[in-house]
Amino acid sequence: MGFSMAGVKTRHKRKTFIMCVLCVMVLLMMIIRVGYLMISCSQHYTELAEELHERERDIKAARGRIIDRNGVVLADNETVCTVSVIYNQIKEPEKVIAALAKELNLSEEYVRKRVEKYSSRERIKSNVDKETGDRIRNMDLAGVKVDEDYKRYYPYGSLASKVLGFTGADNQGIIGLEVKYEEYLTGLKGKILTVTDARGVEIEDVGEKRREPVAGGDLHISIDANIQQYATQLALQTYETKQADAVSMIVMDVNNGELLAMADVPEFDLNDPFTLQEIYVQESTHKEEGEAVKAPSQQDLLNAMWRNGCINDTYEPGSVFKIITTAAGLEEGVVTLEEGFHCPGYTTVDDRRIRCHKVSGHGSQTFLEAFGNSCNPVFINLGLRIGAERYFDYFSKFQLMNKTGIDLPGEAGTIMHKLENVGNVELATISFGQSFQITPVRLMATVAGIINGGNTVTPHFGRYVISEDKETIEEFVYPQVEGIVSEDTSKKLRLMLEKVVSEGGGSKAYIEGFEIGGKTATSQTLPRSSGRYIASFLGFWPASNPKVMALVIIDHPKGMYYGGQIAAPVVKELFENILPYLEDMDYNG
Amino acid sequence: MRERQSRRREVNKGENGHFDFVLLIVVLFLVAFGLLMIYSASSYKAGLDYGDPAFFLKKQLLSTVIGLVALVITVRIPYRFWKELDIWICLVGILVIPLVKIPGLGVTANGATRWLDLKVVTVQPAEITKLCMIIYMAAVIAKLGKKVRTTAGLALAFVPPAIAAILIYAVTKNLSSAIIVLGIAVAMLFVALPDYKVFVIAGISVVAVVVGVVLYAVGADDVESFRLVRVQAWLHPEDFSTDRAFQTLQSLYAIGSGGIWGKGLGQSMQKMGFLPEAQNDMIFSILCEELGLFGAMAVILLFIVLIWSCMIIANNTEDLFGALLVVGVMAHFAIQVILNIGVVTNTIPNTGITLPFISYGGSSVVLLLIEIGLVLNVSRGMRE
Repeated sequence: MGFSMAGVKTRHKRKTFIMCVLCVMVLLMMIIRVGYLMISCSQHYTELAEELHERERDIKAARGRIIDRNGVVLADNETVCTVSVIYNQIKEPEKVIAALAKELNLSEEYVRKRVEKYSSRERIKSNVDKETGDRIRNMDLAGVKVDEDYKRYYPYGSLASKVLGFTGADNQGIIGLEVKYEEYLTGLKGKILTVTDARGVEIEDVGEKRREPVAGGDLHISIDANIQQYATQLALQTYETKQADAVSMIVMDVNNGELLAMADVPEFDLNDPFTLQEIYVQESTHKEEGEAVKAPSQQDLLNAMWRNGCINDTYEPGSVFKIITTAAGLEEGVVTLEEGFHCPGYTTVDDRRIRCHKVSGHGSQTFLEAFGNSCNPVFINLGLRIGAERYFDYFSKFQLMNKTGIDLPGEAGTIMHKLENVGNVELATISFGQSFQITPVRLMATVAGIINGGNTVTPHFGRYVISEDKETIEEFVYPQVEGIVSEDTSKKLRLMLEKVVSEGGGSKAYIEGFEIGGKTATSQTLPRSSGRYIASFLGFWPASNPKVMALVIIDHPKGMYYGGQIAAPVVKELFENILPYLEDMDYNG
Repeated sequence: MRERQSRRREVNKGENGHFDFVLLIVVLFLVAFGLLMIYSASSYKAGLDYGDPAFFLKKQLLSTVIGLVALVITVRIPYRFWKELDIWICLVGILVIPLVKIPGLGVTANGATRWLDLKVVTVQPAEITKLCMIIYMAAVIAKLGKKVRTTAGLALAFVPPAIAAILIYAVTKNLSSAIIVLGIAVAMLFVALPDYKVFVIAGISVVAVVVGVVLYAVGADDVESFRLVRVQAWLHPEDFSTDRAFQTLQSLYAIGSGGIWGKGLGQSMQKMGFLPEAQNDMIFSILCEELGLFGAMAVILLFIVLIWSCMIIANNTEDLFGALLVVGVMAHFAIQVILNIGVVTNTIPNTGITLPFISYGGSSVVLLLIEIGLVLNVSRGMRE
């Protein structure tokens, strides 16, 4: 019995020992497991945890400026401040509320609501001017943060508004060069990494990591602010005196396509681009009266206001297009300058009688004279001689069917008949620049190519981008297509165009002492019965060796509507202002 | 001289004699360390939620003081006193559970009714049941002697804890406490019965069933079942990061980001609201994050010392009732520590088990200190 009891006890002890050893072994395995997690998996879980704890806050980078060819800043940055509060850092809420309400001109309730709101970071006001921001910062109020920020600022207001474009709330480009050159202008955002708790509330004592922002590059463009100002003033003056719907004006370097000015009035205020101008508001109320017409949205109206007619819209070029018909005819060898023509005031094409703008007819004339007279029957004749197929070949050669590749967004393409649909009547109307549509810049680029010796240019603004530390980031190179016409044809056209101004229909652009070439145009817009016209004039200087070209387009002028009467004087006035200046500048070296 | 020696022997053998100081020091250290960790893990959230960073610390401190008083009282009551109350203790252990269903008495939190509102304090009856079952089984097995091997004897020893476990699961939906009660009972039977085979077979079959369920869950396309999803979430916590495995994954983030040296006491990021129950079931992961691998190892080693001390006391106690009491307490500690660390390290699927003395929980600390009191009282009767 005694032995047996002792045996029982020994057995209990052995089993207790075994159980204990098993438990200790499991616990030692747990140490290994914990060790594995804390050594081998440490990096993995640390990264995941940090990802969870860290919040990024951006530091805005200064946007690159836009600078004209003479160093005039057209788009700049203004330092503004954003004032916000951090709830759990505020020590004296009453003092903070009173101070912010006073400095920021806000009501106490408004500030109180935000100061007392339990959130990680509450914005009180943004776009606060720097002085006020500095004053608030100097008060040293616990929990009040003043962050510096940049806001786009356009020193010249509406100047070149449709070219430059503007930026949105996040300083991103919305239209114009601002959006086209976004990648160069935008810079690199800096970052502040902060650590937060599960609600996103920043934890103060943990140090923050910082990456400094990189400012965007300065975009240097071909615009000359002076010429742009002249062009805009003239366009605006014409817009008002002629009560036109719109007036576009483009000034371009004939040899390299650099655009010296591009105005499309009415322009809008770049510093306040979201406020509709009166004329657009009127337009909307006017349309609202019509029952069937759906009222356009605010956005539609804004888009209409921001629209750049020089590139976004097409028009019937009218007689300016005779330059292209002539170039094709000369290249094809179907006409000479001396050839005689007779104009009875109309011509008949496939039983259709097409009238000349001079009802009584131009009578007998050489081709050179007919060009100066802008005689439609002569050009119809010429078009028919060339033939649709060859004519269209020249269109391709002159790059007319392609977009110019201008560095602005939304360039419209040419709207032309399909070759297989072109009968004699269509061919006749194309010959004097009607029944198809083209953008003003496309027309200019092709004409520049024809008169500069045969090289089409890419109209453009962007020249180069320079970084904050004066290093050139990129110089832009634009394609040219060489040899679209022979030097001979080019020379003849320069002569013919000079004659237009000195002796023909463009005489109102004549300036004593300056050799000006040019061509007038008057085209009726569709529907033909509307009585709406587009008057235009394309002029260049010097006629024998062109450097600068200007195109003015007056949309729907009231009263007199002939291009030679109302558009040519505008170019004349522009040239009078800028040619002496250009002579001194001599851009092309 | 001789007289002295005999007196000393008497003291050692007597009720007022020497007891295991190592165990007492380890326990007091763990309790103090637990309070520190509860403050560290809960102060940020407590400050936000209750406006008092020491909210949880104060409540736990009160429970700890009550627990220490209870420990002193328990140490002073000869443990044999409980042996004769076995039936009553068993009844208390079982009947205390359904009390939570009495309106006005039961407290519901997080969708489960597990607490009794005694106006001054809230008590978790499952904790009481654990202690009662240890005392009851030790007494019954000691009284039965060899008869414990008979079917009737086995039933007498095992049925009450089994009923208690079922009640805990059925009434309070507390699976983990039920598992702990069953685990303690099995451990005590293992020591009481001469068999190995049955336990080895039982152990193997449990492992087989677990492996089977896991394989089934892995292969199952339809993971509608709650338990299967739990298994899936356990196997691939990062795929269930937003729901089922959210807590587990947050726990792993905490442990992993601690590294070898830890971030330093009070420096945990995960306690800033990321890890749910940071001061409770998941306190070990905050401990890992702040004190690193060395802190974690130190705590596990302290529990090993605690368990080892229990084994020494049990094996040096001639009285079977006393030895079994200590074995029960040892099993209780071992099971809870292993399961808790297993859960936070995602070694086993997530189930709510607290870490003795370290996790927040008033009833737990009071009852665990009473159990230590019992062990210390038994240690007084140890032979040299």
